[in-house]
Order: sequence, then C-alpha cells, then structure tokens
Amino acid sequence: MTDTNSNQLIRFSAAQLAEKLAAREITSVEVVQAHLDRIAAVDGGDRGVHAFLHVNAEEALAVAAEVDAIRAAGGAAAEELHELAGVPIAVKDLIVTVGQPTTAGSKILEGWHSPYDATVVQKLRAAKMPILGKTNLDEFAMGSSTEHSAYGPTRNPWDLDRIPGGSGGGSAAAVAAFEAPLALGTDTGGSIRQPGAVTGTVGVKPTYGSVSRYGAIAMASSLDQIGPVSRTVLDSALLHQVIGGHDPFDSTSLPDPLGDLVAAARLGNVDGMKIGIVKELHGEGYQAGVENRFNESLELLKQAGAEIVEVSCPNFKYALGAYYLIMPSEASSNLAKFDGVRYGLRVLPEEPPLTIERVMGATRAAGFGDEVKRRIILGTYALSAGYYDAYYGSAQKVRTLIQRDFEAAFAKADVLISPTAPTTAFKLGEKLNDPLAMYLNDVATIPANMAGVPGLSLPGGLADEDGLPVGIQLLAPAREDARLYRVGAVLESLLEAKWGGPLLDRAPELAASPVVEPVETLVDAQEAK
Amino acid sequence: MAAINRDDVAHLARLAHIEMSAEELDRMAGELAVIVDAVKSVSEAAGDDVPATSHPIPLSNVFREDVVGHTFTAEQALSGAPDSDENRFKVPAILDEA
Repeated sequence: MTDTNSNQLIRFSAAQLAEKLAAREITSVEVVQAHLDRIAAVDGGDRGVHAFLHVNAEEALAVAAEVDAIRAAGGAAAEELHELAGVPIAVKDLIVTVGQPTTAGSKILEGWHSPYDATVVQKLRAAKMPILGKTNLDEFAMGSSTEHSAYGPTRNPWDLDRIPGGSGGGSAAAVAAFEAPLALGTDTGGSIRQPGAVTGTVGVKPTYGSVSRYGAIAMASSLDQIGPVSRTVLDSALLHQVIGGHDPFDSTSLPDPLGDLVAAARLGNVDGMKIGIVKELHGEGYQAGVENRFNESLELLKQAGAEIVEVSCPNFKYALGAYYLIMPSEASSNLAKFDGVRYGLRVLPEEPPLTIERVMGATRAAGFGDEVKRRIILGTYALSAGYYDAYYGSAQKVRTLIQRDFEAAFAKADVLISPTAPTTAFKLGEKLNDPLAMYLNDVATIPANMAGVPGLSLPGGLADEDGLPVGIQLLAPAREDARLYRVGAVLESLLEAKWGGPLLDRAPELAASPVVEPVETLVDAQEAK
Repeated sequence: MAAINRDDVAHLARLAHIEMSAEELDRMAGELAVIVDAVKSVSEAAGDDVPATSHPIPLSNVFREDVVGHTFTAEQALSGAPDSDENRFKVPAILDEA
C-alpha cells in the first residue's frame, strides 16, 4: 500500500505514527504487522529479548483493520477516532484483559483468563489501540530485574546478558527493542521508572489515584500505580492522557482530572523554573557514570534558563526500610486471595488428610516463587501481634516524614531531579541471591510512591564506564504531573540535540532469531514453558 | 527489636498457608534476618508526635449510590475456578475429618 518499510514503521514514535495514520500515509494493519514481525524476529529463542508472555496477533490485527476501515470510509466516525487510534501498545501482564491470559508472572495464575478488563484496558479499547500482547514481569511485580518471573527473565536489548530492570522489564524492553511503540506498566516502588532508566526509555509513575488501579492485580494497594512506558516524553503524555481520569471502580481514584499533559509536553519551557537537586538522592552509592550524566543534565537545564537549587530530604534515608515493611505487609494481605479456591492453580497434598488448609499450603508452596514467599512472610511478620507498632506503625510514621520532606522541598523548587537508579543494568544472575542488594536499586524511586507524588524517568545518556543507559528522574508535587512533561520534554530535546538523535539509535542491532517463527508458534512455545 | 529465627519463619509460614521444607525454612530465616536487620532503623525514625500515614492522598467517605450495577454471572465468576459444582466453588473438606 505504501513504500514505508516495516523497519521504519517500528522506529516511529507513537506521535509520529498517529500523525501518519491520520494523514492516511500508512495503515494500522501495516503498523501492527510490522510490530508482530519484529516480535517474531527478536523476542523468541534462547537469546531473544523475551519481553512478551503472550502475543495477541489476531485481535490486534482485527482492531487495526477496524480503524483502517473507519478512516477509509471518512465522515463523522473517522473524525471521532481518538488521536492514538490504530497505534499499537503492549500491556504488562499484571493488568487483566479479556481474551488473553493474565499470569502476573506467576505459576499460580498460569492459564487463567480474567472475566473482566482493567479500566485502563477498557480505555485502550475505547481509543481503538490494538493490544499487541502481555509483557513479562517479576512475579506479582516483586523485583527489580524481571528475573523473578516464573516464565524466565527478559533480556536488556542494550546487552542481552543484562537485566532490563523490574518489575516492568518486559514493557520497557519491548519498547526499547522496537517491539511496541508504547506499553503500560505498574509502579509500586519504581517498577516503571527503573526499567526505563536501564533500557534507555521513558517511564512515568503518575500521581497516586490519577490512573485507575481497577484490574491491576494488587501488590501494595497504597503504593501501586499504573503508568505509561514509551520512547519519548510526548508519547508518555499522550498515553497518560488516555488512561487517566476518575473511576468509580477504584475508591482511591482522584475525582478531578490532571489537566492537559500533552500540551505540557509540547510546551517545553523551563525558563525561570526552579529545579531542586535532592542532596540525599545522588553521590555516595551512585555509579560514577550515572553521576556524570546527571551533572550533564543539570548543566543543560541551567543553560536553558532553569535555576538549579539544592534541597535536602533527610528522612529519605528511612524510605527504603519503611517501604520494605509497608509493601510486604500490604502484599501479604493482597495475595491471601490466591488460595486454590477461586482461580488459578490447585495443588493437592501428597499425603492425607485432604483438607482445604493443606490444599492452600500445598498450592501456595508450589505456585509462588521465592521472592513472593519472602515478602509474604516478611509482611505477615510486620503485621503480627507484638511487632505491628514497631514495624508497620513506625513505617507509616516514616511515610508522614517523607511527605513533609517533599512539602519542604517543593516550597523551594517546582520540580526535583535525581538519577533514577544508582547503577546501570547489571548482569543477569548478579544480584539474584542477594535480596537486599536487589532492593537497593529502588532507593531513588521509592520516596515518590511513599508520598504519592508523580515521577518520570527519561534517558540521560550512556555511562562512560560501560556504555549502558542512565536514567534521569524528575519528581513533581501531587497532581502536578504536567510539570514532569514540561521539564522532561525540554531536557529530552536538549540531550537529543547533543547526541544528534534519540539515544536508542545507539543501541546495538538485535540479531533476528535464526529461524523466524510464525507468531502463533512463538505464543505456543511461551505458553508451554 | 528481636531478630527473626527459624521457628518464627515456620510459624509465619503456617499463618500464611505456605508449606515450607526444612531447607527452605533454613534459607528463608537467614535471608529474612538480613532484611529485618536492614529495616529496623525505621522504628527509631519518628517520635510519638508524628501521625501515621496509611494512604498518600487520603479521600474519605467514597461511596456510590446503592443500586445494582455491573455484576458477574455465576458462570463468569466460576470460570477460573479449579473446581466448581452447582454454581458454587467446590473445595475439599473444611474440617479435619476427610
């Protein structure tokens, strides 16, 4: 139909695809097929990226064909199409979908199909965005490397021997490997932003309550937030605008909308803005190459007219500890529902008696992986009589102190800035047997979840010592997500001018699998694992 | 604060309905002791005058009209169940007399 080849189609941003689809220069079927071909070429096999747990080819192509038909017919129906209609997207497999399995990366939900769609998925369907499939994650979103997935790790497209971050490593890797222009993630302590940082992509944790959590399988309900994953700041704003808004099915959903995030991303102006460096979120414990790229971003923002100020958040040093009490406590309660009765796996004990209690014990022993078990036990401990005040109660007080630190910081600065993660991507297996070392990856991202404020990570360049992506994090006061897009878009354009193009242009070419498997085969192979 | 030991982990695993082997209990106790040690400073961070925060952006009295909205059919609700019978979830014996 057109002479745009599929290698070009997969490299366009969502905003570019939207424009070309609206102008009828390309069709959604071509775009979806190009991404399905890319998935088939680079996702499977021993050395594949393995970003996807399920590929939804048939439905995605059907939605694409519907959008193409509406556009071709013209008239009111074509006018009413959403701006992102026909632009494909991948969905983290923690978010429930009708017509596709949802596993949460766990054996306990293997083969389970949700009877309902998450609110964000309903919104994607209403916008007629073809859903390419479900992306890999650490089991129940518990991890920082995607190695805790029961279905095998995802690999970082920058270096296939390294982790793509976690828990949303699948979504970030899919976008970084040009398998999808957009993806949905969830962020409880950094699970959107840290994978964004280590894969050279953009990820946003919106203000708590501004995107409905209905249909996101809960880990820690007071911390969890669904958000966008993309390759550009504008694309995240476009997706955030689609998924945000009040939802009566989520009692923590904010009643008021956030304003025009896309306009903020297009505005791009930091002149006169105050940007605060958080003293406690860089320096000691941060890799030298990460610090260098961070300082370079500060310099660029200064040149663009921003005033850089230093702020101190002394209670952030307690954030990681408090998080590892609150999150497991909430998770231990939320995961009690996986008991072999209502959905998923049921394992019968080998010896009698066959009572429900023993069935639950056997089911949860077989169905949950080590990290999930660790967190359930830790949460059960923190909530148990005699320890509740010292652990869970104290952690909730720390939460108040962190909120106060943010309030004081935002009295001095419009947005805060820090590295997103202390290091670049580490090797697969490197931290797998050291849970505490793994937890430290989220030291800079956790404070935002504790206070409910929004955060954005964007690529800040490559670390000198290893040539791997570094993430820059921006934080704004609650409900001021627009500021993240405004500042993020400026920094992105300054950095890209310096690099001479997007950072991902410098990622190594991924070798296609020796045999290009048809998508159906790939799906079967992954489901059989 | 007391350290977490193997007996604690065995007790907590029973409460959480997760069967654990002897090897798993040993390993888990060691790992959890390290984590508990790392988080214990939290109990000294805030004084008695600091109120607890349970939700980052509190909303109160979130109710809806008391009318029947969207509900699942029995078939939908049972669609993912490991076992069901006569429109109900079917479970093994609840009491220890099977």
